[in-house]
Amino acid sequence: MALPIPDEFKPETSSRPISLGAYLPYLLAGAFFGFVAIRSEIASWYRIYEMFRFESFHMYGVIGSAVLTGAFSLWLLRRLGVRASGGEPLAVRPSEPGRYRYLLGGLVFGLGWGLVGACPGPIYALLGSGHAGALVILLGALLGTYVYGLVQRRLPH
Amino acid sequence: MEWLIQTWPWYVAGPVIGLMVPLLLLLGNRRFGISSSLRHICAAMGSRLPFFRYDWRAEGWNLAFVLGIALGGFMAGVWLGLPEVNLNPKTQAALEGLGLPPDSGFLPQELFSWSAVLRPEGFLFLLIGGFLIGFGARWAAGCTSGHAITGLSALQWPSLVATVGFFLGGLVSARWLLPWLLAWLR
Repeated sequence: MALPIPDEFKPETSSRPISLGAYLPYLLAGAFFGFVAIRSEIASWYRIYEMFRFESFHMYGVIGSAVLTGAFSLWLLRRLGVRASGGEPLAVRPSEPGRYRYLLGGLVFGLGWGLVGACPGPIYALLGSGHAGALVILLGALLGTYVYGLVQRRLPH
Repeated sequence: MEWLIQTWPWYVAGPVIGLMVPLLLLLGNRRFGISSSLRHICAAMGSRLPFFRYDWRAEGWNLAFVLGIALGGFMAGVWLGLPEVNLNPKTQAALEGLGLPPDSGFLPQELFSWSAVLRPEGFLFLLIGGFLIGFGARWAAGCTSGHAITGLSALQWPSLVATVGFFLGGLVSARWLLPWLLAWLR
């Protein structure tokens, strides 16, 4: 009997219809992210290869300053006591507890990242910029996601 | 407009990406993370596995977000034209050692063009890489955006462990797995 694996998403419920307009801000935020991913070359296979050889500061600079900016803005939001439209305080949902999943899953992810040089964000950005290869990577990623769902209970978490 | 065409420096790109974390919180108290979209797509395609039986419609914002990423990729890559990547000469030498030309634009065409993808070996190479990304991201419950950026920003311990895993896996892959697979490709 496998341990029940905690999950981040709510079980099936009768969800109320959401107006398409509510998605627009997310679409725009995504477009902005995709634009930056291409213009800053973080979606380039070459940049990822260079990063894993420690031969450029570029990727480390991007990730490092992104984390610092994120951390500072979270601190600021908490400090200002900003709340969501529902009234609950803004907070980054914590990760589920797990003993092995983060390291083991992380290693598997890293193996793929080092091969095709694109994490999920850049895969979508490359797809938009018309790279045939991104289509195959996305197909593989969907397959991997599905197979994880298939064997989830047999893996240590 | 010159700045738009040139490579955006890390000190511009990084903070802009970091701002996605508070932006998505302000828009709807959402956690910035991209690989969940892969799970939502499987769920939306009607998989009956327990892992995919959840209210994916409630996570529709995530699908809108990744659709936007593709749109942004189109604007930045097709309208403006892809930037030429300037690599460290050491990296260029290493690429030549792998049998990849360091000057084929934004991505090595030998791996990503239609003619590469339509060869069975080329197809399999990208499929395997994608598979590891999808499988690993769900096992670790997140990818670079959800863990290395959002989770680290929020000082969450599991995200640090996952990020260490991403980098260790990537190092092993770039040093050993990639040269081995590329030799097999040829």
